[in-house]
Amino acid sequence: MTKYALEIQQLNKTYRNGVKALKDINLNVEDGDLFAFLGPNGAGKSTVIGIITTLVNITSGTVKVYGKDIRQFPEATKKMIGVVPQEYNLNQFIPIQETMINIGGYFGLTKKQAMNKTQELFEDLGIWHKRECTPRELSGGMKRRLLIARALIHSPKLLILDEPTAGVDTELRLTMWDFFKKINNDGVTIILTTHYLEEAERLCKNLSIVHKGEIVQNSPMKDIIASKRKHTYIIRTDSTINDINAFGDSIISIDNNSYELTVDNKVSISEIINSFNNNKINVIEILSKRNKLEELFMELTQE
Amino acid sequence: MIKQLYITQLTTIFRKEFFRWSRIWIQTILPSVITIFLYITIFGNFIGSRLGDISGLPYIQFILPGLIIMPIISNSYMNVVGSFYSGRFQKSVEELFVSPLSSHVILIGYVLGGVSRAFVVGFAVYLVSLSFTSIPIHNVYLAIFLTLLVSFLFSILGFINAVYAKSFDDINIIPTFVLTPLTYLGGTFYSIYNLPEAWQTVSLFNPIAYMVSAFRYAFIGIEEMNTFNAIVMMFILIFFMYSLAIYLLNRGIGVKN
Repeated sequence: MTKYALEIQQLNKTYRNGVKALKDINLNVEDGDLFAFLGPNGAGKSTVIGIITTLVNITSGTVKVYGKDIRQFPEATKKMIGVVPQEYNLNQFIPIQETMINIGGYFGLTKKQAMNKTQELFEDLGIWHKRECTPRELSGGMKRRLLIARALIHSPKLLILDEPTAGVDTELRLTMWDFFKKINNDGVTIILTTHYLEEAERLCKNLSIVHKGEIVQNSPMKDIIASKRKHTYIIRTDSTINDINAFGDSIISIDNNSYELTVDNKVSISEIINSFNNNKINVIEILSKRNKLEELFMELTQE
Repeated sequence: MIKQLYITQLTTIFRKEFFRWSRIWIQTILPSVITIFLYITIFGNFIGSRLGDISGLPYIQFILPGLIIMPIISNSYMNVVGSFYSGRFQKSVEELFVSPLSSHVILIGYVLGGVSRAFVVGFAVYLVSLSFTSIPIHNVYLAIFLTLLVSFLFSILGFINAVYAKSFDDINIIPTFVLTPLTYLGGTFYSIYNLPEAWQTVSLFNPIAYMVSAFRYAFIGIEEMNTFNAIVMMFILIFFMYSLAIYLLNRGIGVKN
């Protein structure tokens, strides 16, 4: 039994118009992982996902899902994969419960099995009361939840989430995070692409960053967080600092009572507040300017 | 186990397709029935009553088999081309391709959807025609068999059209500029032996003329072209078109990048 849910080796993709979307991608995702697959727009994330789900043809290289090559065993590998696409690709004219039963049928579930699973998923995701509606009658957040339910109808071992929380409000996003953590704890391997780096930092154990079709970072999340030696805060005070030089060259003034302070990772927030208090200035608010993953992401993907 | 999986998958696609057209029967079934009703009334009744018999039969009885096969062809074609292209347009067709469905299951599922609609329309038109004239079917089994072959063939053609279509306009080009002329010129309203010799020769290259003739034989026992040859031709066409459709599906043309 392989320990990898997904193994990608020397994967290349060149589109018919000559665009080289992927260049020798190598990637392993361990069974049970909650893996972040990040990159700016057009980096190649969706191409990789398209290849895994067989919606995009491979130019060269291999992709294995739980040890099975997707080209040699397409039907067996598809049974193990659930995918939540970035764009809504729902039949707009069919009630959503019927859509679920149809998808269940494609995966070999009987109508009764699909109905039961639909009820379980719709209740978990809070859309059971909308089961008779067509997608046209659902809000954006509900459509997102429907896409997630649809991807899980056949209880896949590997779930691919392509920007699953794009365009949903904060409250729903937090609910969805809990849901993803729950199914991951239940043993489902998750690959998550997102533009919300906070989401990746909060949820994922490992990550890869793809840029211009190449993997530029591949490591555990905790290593990335530990690797960043500096941290930047935005600090709002009750009065203006008269002698800004007293704080050294790590501080810059944004406006009268706001400052940007960059300090070593080891410096605690209470130490920062104390240093201001020692200069007879009270700190009203202190915000982390950018999370560590975001800093790394910007470093790796900036032109 | 695998057989059961295929049966479940096939039943699911067929059920989806069947409900798709049957829940909007006012758009899918009724127009064909009304159109053929008008044909029968105007050509069969009003004009036909002034014409003499053809091959010893009243004009209305002579044209009825052709009038029944016309909506069978158009409905089987339009059902599949409309459904699959609409799925491509909405991208909901991706559901099929990320599922463990074989190309054969996908194709047969869609084709059976088209065949079911063709049978219902054909039967409805036949029932309507009974209010104008009695038409005892010469060979009911052959009529059913031919309906199956014709609708199967045109459903596959509709599927191939849907794969290549880039807009909704493209799904109407073949029916408007190819199927309708071939049907009208295929001896639906006349005996091809009444045509000048040159046009008779041209008709021999029209596959729909063979289908109309075979259908006419099944209904009224008059054979203008060899029915066996027509059946063989349809099997050959089905074989090649089916193979092409499977090739397109395996390559993911029109769906995959």
